[in-house]
Amino acid sequence: MLQTHLACAFCGVLALGLAAPALAQVNVDIHYIKQVVAPPPTLSNLDPIPEDLGVRGAELGLEDNTTTGRFLGQTYRLTMTDVPEDGDFAAAVRAALADSALLVIDAPMAQLLEAADLPEAAEALFFNAGAADVALRADQCRAQVLHTIPSYAMKADALMQFFVARRWDEIALIAGDRAEDVAWADTLETSARKFGLTFGARKTWAFDADMRRNASQEVPLFTQDLGDYDVLLVADAADDFARYISYNTWRPRPVAGSEGLRPVTWHRVVEAWGAAQLQSRFEDLAGRPMLDRDYAVWAAMRAIGEAVTRTGAADAATLRSYMLSDAFELAGFKGRPLTFRTWNGQLRQPIPLVHERALVAQAPLEGFLHQRTELDTLGLDQPESGCAAFEN
Amino acid sequence: MKLPILTTLTAALLSTTALADEIWVTNEKDDTISVIDIETMEVVRTIETGERPRGITFSKDYSVVYICASDSDAVQVMDPNTGKILYDLPSGEDPEQFVLHPDNRHLYIANEDDAITTVVDTQTRTVVAQIDVGIEPEGMAVSPDGKIAITTSETTNMAHWIDTETQTLFANTLVDSRPRHAEFTKDGTELWVSAEIGGTISIFDVATQTEKAKIDFEIDNIHPDRVQPVGFEFTNGDTHAFVALGPSNHVAVVNTETYEVEDYILVGRRVWHLAFNRDRTQLFTTNGVSGDVTVIDVASRKAIKSIKVGRFPWGAAFRPTE
Repeated sequence: MLQTHLACAFCGVLALGLAAPALAQVNVDIHYIKQVVAPPPTLSNLDPIPEDLGVRGAELGLEDNTTTGRFLGQTYRLTMTDVPEDGDFAAAVRAALADSALLVIDAPMAQLLEAADLPEAAEALFFNAGAADVALRADQCRAQVLHTIPSYAMKADALMQFFVARRWDEIALIAGDRAEDVAWADTLETSARKFGLTFGARKTWAFDADMRRNASQEVPLFTQDLGDYDVLLVADAADDFARYISYNTWRPRPVAGSEGLRPVTWHRVVEAWGAAQLQSRFEDLAGRPMLDRDYAVWAAMRAIGEAVTRTGAADAATLRSYMLSDAFELAGFKGRPLTFRTWNGQLRQPIPLVHERALVAQAPLEGFLHQRTELDTLGLDQPESGCAAFEN
Repeated sequence: MKLPILTTLTAALLSTTALADEIWVTNEKDDTISVIDIETMEVVRTIETGERPRGITFSKDYSVVYICASDSDAVQVMDPNTGKILYDLPSGEDPEQFVLHPDNRHLYIANEDDAITTVVDTQTRTVVAQIDVGIEPEGMAVSPDGKIAITTSETTNMAHWIDTETQTLFANTLVDSRPRHAEFTKDGTELWVSAEIGGTISIFDVATQTEKAKIDFEIDNIHPDRVQPVGFEFTNGDTHAFVALGPSNHVAVVNTETYEVEDYILVGRRVWHLAFNRDRTQLFTTNGVSGDVTVIDVASRKAIKSIKVGRFPWGAAFRPTE
């Protein structure tokens, strides 16, 4: 198990011209625990997943919090733990809980639930920055877990809003055969029906050929019997085959989902709303663009920072209740304040729809209205969530 | 036969440029300045600048104009008559916005990427001080007596109070999320700070650096999340503030006595900063997304014209031409 402690260069220099009211010293300890998951083998090696994915988001969040904290007498300490593939995740969480009640978790759903259900975790505050599973926002929700990564449902709804706006009413789908692909495809299908789109043929991609050589022969044949449709969805969570679909479909149709037009948490093409500054600060720190998971971890760190700044407290109970109150808002460089849903702990946020070279649109799209906030047109709304743990 | 015509033309051109006041607008995505003739309300000149021009301000005697060329990491000094860049000032990295001290000599510059405020002596062209502030400094202001400079930091959500004699911070006050712009009232008793994501303006009592009021904005049929105050300017006698509300595409008119919002004026898309004409009867707003400038008649509080400028107009500054 690899563990690193970070504190900030500024922590010793607290004298920075603090004139006015004497400020109470607050120390905030945060643990970031990442379950290392070996990515499944993919056909192309063009886009390796960075080993420091998520980690760099934590570091930037720490820097941001520390800079603010030094004007208020608040210091932050971040301990980062990598749990190897065959490591004992629960043991790592237990060790962290002995030190702090604020944990940012970057792990699949199973490990996250195992951690949240530890007896030691009852009074803790977890931030889920790695698992997009819808169940975690529904019947598998936990009162002490807030989610800064959007759910699959939020992403699917974002795409469907775009299709509705473009009148791409008829949809076909190709999904991989891994469990994650199926879950993502099911969510897309549910969302399409919710938005009144026609969901046509759905096929499973189970080729074991090397598509780098023969996509142009295989894909047209494979997509020939999909019938007619306006847009082809591809559900390929591991980024294995999706890249070979575009331009090779039998009918000339746009591709979306895991390839082509993609709903994302974050992407380097997001530049508006001051995002260029977050992008460049991240790039300076990490030497690579900020990715989804980096953003989710950063947002968790910043949510803690914002709550500490406003409450002057560092205990999990105070921070949690502040984060779930109307007073909380996080400036997340997405054009509007980000807040937590009180019924399942999900961070409300716009979903950028991107292709590799540009932002295409940002959901919620204009015209999708909601009595509370348009952001609640994305993902599980209160009546459909089925999460009982948050009832207050 | 040709000569007299040419001379007349030249004379006519010269006389128009000499008479009509101008509004200078920086176009963030075009690397240019659009110069609007206030008389004709048309763009009469387009001047090239460094990369990503944002903040713009004239020297007190209008002999030079300072431009934050953010991506060129420079504050450029331009001769407004010729449009030629005279020289660059050392500015620190990524200068976004600045304010000229009443001494007409010191520029206080927000270095957005570096969490620093840089103080530059425009005469010796040297950096006098660099002050650590919060993350993404942007809004800049100096008190009328020149004793206090303000930097607001967008991610730290604070107004940082700088003693201009010692160039050190003497107070840091929290405001709502993403503070963008700061202004002192002319009598120097109040500091106003806009918070874009918070959707508010906080008003501070300068003597005690404490918040004395907060203004909220509410526009029919526009979700509060989209009502995002950015730039603002005070009218004659400081009786009202005109506040640009970003993606809500409105400018609010705030009574500075009661702190109540009296009116909302529909303008172009993503309204950002504003500049008055000479007698403050007209207000020019930069509208980033629609790429134009809206002219507001201050007395009737109506938009009277929109003027196409470059891509993503950001800052605006008034230039008298006589």
